[in-house]
Amino acid sequence: MTNEFLILVSILLPLAGAVGITITGRRYPNLREAVTLVTAASLAVVVWALLPELLAGERPSVRVAEMLPGLAIEFQVEPLGMIFAALASLLWIINSIYSIGYMRGNNEQHQTRFYVLFAVALSAAMGIAFAGNLLTLFIFYEVLTLSTYPLVAHKGDGKTVVSARTYLGILLATSIGLFLPAIIWTYHVTATLDFTPGGILDGHLAGPAVGLLLALYVFGIGKAAVMPVHRWLPAAMVAPTPVSALLHAVAVVKAGVFTITKVVVYIFGVELLFTETSADWLLFAAAFTVIAASVVALRQTNLKRLLAYSTIAQLSYVVMAVAILKPLSEIGAAIHIVAHAFGKITLFFAAGSIYTAAKKTEIHQLRGIGRRMPWTMAAFTIGALSMIGVPPTAGFVSKWYILAGSFQSDNHVAIVTIIVSTILNSLYFLPIIFYAWFCREEVAPVTDHGEAPLAIVVALTATAALTVLLFLFNQPVLDLASQLGGMPK
Amino acid sequence: MILTNHLPALQVVVPLLVAPLVVLMRVRGLPWAVATTTSLVAFAIAVGLTNTVLDSYSVTYEMGSWRAPYGIELHVTSFSALLLLIVTAASTLTLVAGKQSIDTEIEHDRQPLFYAAWLLALAGFTGIVVTGDAFNIFVFMEIASLASYVLIAAGSDRRVLPAVFKYLIMGTIGATFYLIGVGLIYMMTGTLNLADMEARIHEVGELRPILVAAGFITLGLILKAAIFPLHAWLPLSYTYAPHIVTAFLAACSTKVALYVLLRFDFLVFQQNLPAHEVQFTVFLMPLAVLAILIASGVAVFERNLKGLLAYSSLAQVGYILLGASLVSVPGLTAGLMHMFNHALAKGTLFLAVACLGMRFTRLGLVNLSGVARQMPWTMAAFVLAGLSLIGVPGTAGFISKWMLISAALQEGALGVALVAVIVVSSLLAVVYIWRVIELAYFGDPTEASQLANEAPAWLLVGTWVAALMNIYFGIIPSFPLSLARESAASLLQHLP
Repeated sequence: MTNEFLILVSILLPLAGAVGITITGRRYPNLREAVTLVTAASLAVVVWALLPELLAGERPSVRVAEMLPGLAIEFQVEPLGMIFAALASLLWIINSIYSIGYMRGNNEQHQTRFYVLFAVALSAAMGIAFAGNLLTLFIFYEVLTLSTYPLVAHKGDGKTVVSARTYLGILLATSIGLFLPAIIWTYHVTATLDFTPGGILDGHLAGPAVGLLLALYVFGIGKAAVMPVHRWLPAAMVAPTPVSALLHAVAVVKAGVFTITKVVVYIFGVELLFTETSADWLLFAAAFTVIAASVVALRQTNLKRLLAYSTIAQLSYVVMAVAILKPLSEIGAAIHIVAHAFGKITLFFAAGSIYTAAKKTEIHQLRGIGRRMPWTMAAFTIGALSMIGVPPTAGFVSKWYILAGSFQSDNHVAIVTIIVSTILNSLYFLPIIFYAWFCREEVAPVTDHGEAPLAIVVALTATAALTVLLFLFNQPVLDLASQLGGMPK
Repeated sequence: MILTNHLPALQVVVPLLVAPLVVLMRVRGLPWAVATTTSLVAFAIAVGLTNTVLDSYSVTYEMGSWRAPYGIELHVTSFSALLLLIVTAASTLTLVAGKQSIDTEIEHDRQPLFYAAWLLALAGFTGIVVTGDAFNIFVFMEIASLASYVLIAAGSDRRVLPAVFKYLIMGTIGATFYLIGVGLIYMMTGTLNLADMEARIHEVGELRPILVAAGFITLGLILKAAIFPLHAWLPLSYTYAPHIVTAFLAACSTKVALYVLLRFDFLVFQQNLPAHEVQFTVFLMPLAVLAILIASGVAVFERNLKGLLAYSSLAQVGYILLGASLVSVPGLTAGLMHMFNHALAKGTLFLAVACLGMRFTRLGLVNLSGVARQMPWTMAAFVLAGLSLIGVPGTAGFISKWMLISAALQEGALGVALVAVIVVSSLLAVVYIWRVIELAYFGDPTEASQLANEAPAWLLVGTWVAALMNIYFGIIPSFPLSLARESAASLLQHLP
């Protein structure tokens, strides 16, 4: 099989899976789950099969159609996209296992629709990861938004639908109102939209226009949740936990920061942004979001909302790392996409596990829960430590690189932000861990529960293990990340 | 072959002659079969003409071998070919797919008259497009309009009657204005042949009557094309007309009026009136912008599905006009492309409405709540066409919107403002299409939508053919693009 073929397969396979799930879904739930798992596993195989050639320096690409000159639907595998695709396809397998436990454990409705749309979202994520130009990326970006809307609105009651509308409204409005004009502007000045190492805008745009265009991109890519376009993320907390995991770890927010990274590296080019002072605001915006979101997280009493604000902060870590514009920090950004995904999916899995077993959602209810659910809380602890950046977890690796990059350019804003946010992270995560392990239950729970269903425990153990493993074996990600084109040495 | 030389005439004559015959056919199903076959023949002729035009630039035909300017001259250019394709394809597809829908809405004994009116409308529209004679255009415009009134009035809802009366009055005013304009030009030049007019106005010393004529003609045609603020006849007529009629008319009727408008302004007046392109822009661009913004805004709050789509049509006509009012080749190309693409999108949407109309007597949005569960194919086609209407990449609508934005950006600061208008109205389109999708897919099923089952297969097939064309021409737009480019270039050849 040629690589071009593999690229197309990686996008079509989840869609085929969606069809299979639809057909089997009505009558045979077990078969339906099997289809999901098989599709997820084969997708991972397909994506990982592209890896060797990529590491050898090849950039396989395939052009599907060219509508107008310079305006094509085209895919190309490059290191950053590979990281995203490999991450998403790997986590889909684990998330599917978890979903089975969660959806059955909570007797959720419309399970077939859930699995179908999940598969469609994964197809969109693959399209985003392998997009060879901005237009292709934009198409799949919108598909991802639309396919996740019903997932967020899964419960279907009034409150959920209102929240889901906020989700859809913000993401669609920013993407059409800002992202698309930015793409049009780019096309207008450069007559191309291809992702090119070193960027395409250099020499075509200068002065304040660069900063303005960057603003259109950063706020237009609402999925990256840079303040003030972050509101959709807490709103989406009404979704079932596997969907939250999809949003926060597997695909959606990762697609956002991935797109911003790609735009900075392959459209603007690091050189251009480095010399252009009008683009400096991005660092401050990201730093502000990191601190502000962490402060808001401190005040949350609901576990999932706390995690949501933590995600907003962590996303801006990636954006900030990109904005530092140093090779080491760009590598840090790429690793942080992976590290945060592993850590945050573990945290969400744990939150969902607690909900499934104990029906608890508030932080103050978690006293002494560590004794009843040791596996869950152990995984939660690992995830939380990774968020703070304590070794031996993945979060430490990425923070290390981002910090190294900031020191490289003597970027005091970034250094201070990282230190302050680490303190804030500890302040909101450590009390939960302390309550869970070292306090006694104030009132005995209604039902004498133990751990969540096996599928859930297996999944969250796996992601917790990944979080630790990434600390130990981060060489493959590092290799890929250091291949990012167009870095000034 | 001899027959191929007569294609421009046959394009009009065939439906015109078959129409009275259809009235006489009393056998059930026969009128439909004959009308559909005739429409298919018309489509084939249009395809033949397009082929010729693509080879040899344009075709002229002298009616009864009378030399122009004394006789009537038919003149088929790439621009006419584009319109001919839109009109005949819309008619054929809606007729082929729509038999069951028409059967449920129109009693059998009235059907011969209905199909006769349909063919007359077809003859009228194609006649307007092929003829090169200003008065001939008026005649065909009247034929098409009168037939349209009849078609619309065939709707089963009694509220159609005031709606069609309104259309009749407004349409007549529009046609009269056009006629006054043509009369003034005839007074000054003594000719009715468009090509001849163009040359002879040149010799006229006093241009004021020509300017007045330009005003009358532009105004009359704006009324016919339902451009804001002269659009009042359109929404109600489209809402209460039989569904298949709405699909047919929405795809082509306003575009034919725009066709005449563009031919007059760019071919007849452009060379002869000083700074005509400036006047054209100054007068029409604000109207186009208002149409785009206001009609999209109204569509957001519209409660009836067909009304919603009708208002959306008004906005889309605004896009076409906006492209033309840039008076540049890229702008006009984008406008013409949008004619084609909007016909595709709106035709599909109204065909999907016809599918829904088979199962629902009322098409208020609330009635359709939860319908997607029972009619998944219908709603999927609706979604596809809706995406095209919004202009999502990968659909036909995207191509023309992208070209329109590119063309606007060449105009500097004004262009940026126009891009903002287009973006805002696209967002509004997202909202109004999404309202339908959200209700249909996530709303609680009403009693009616629980009982509904999927539309008849044949109607669905037609709808899906149209829906897939939206995708096809969104990915491979080269065919309409070449026609549109050539048309724009020939319309603007006289520009400095």
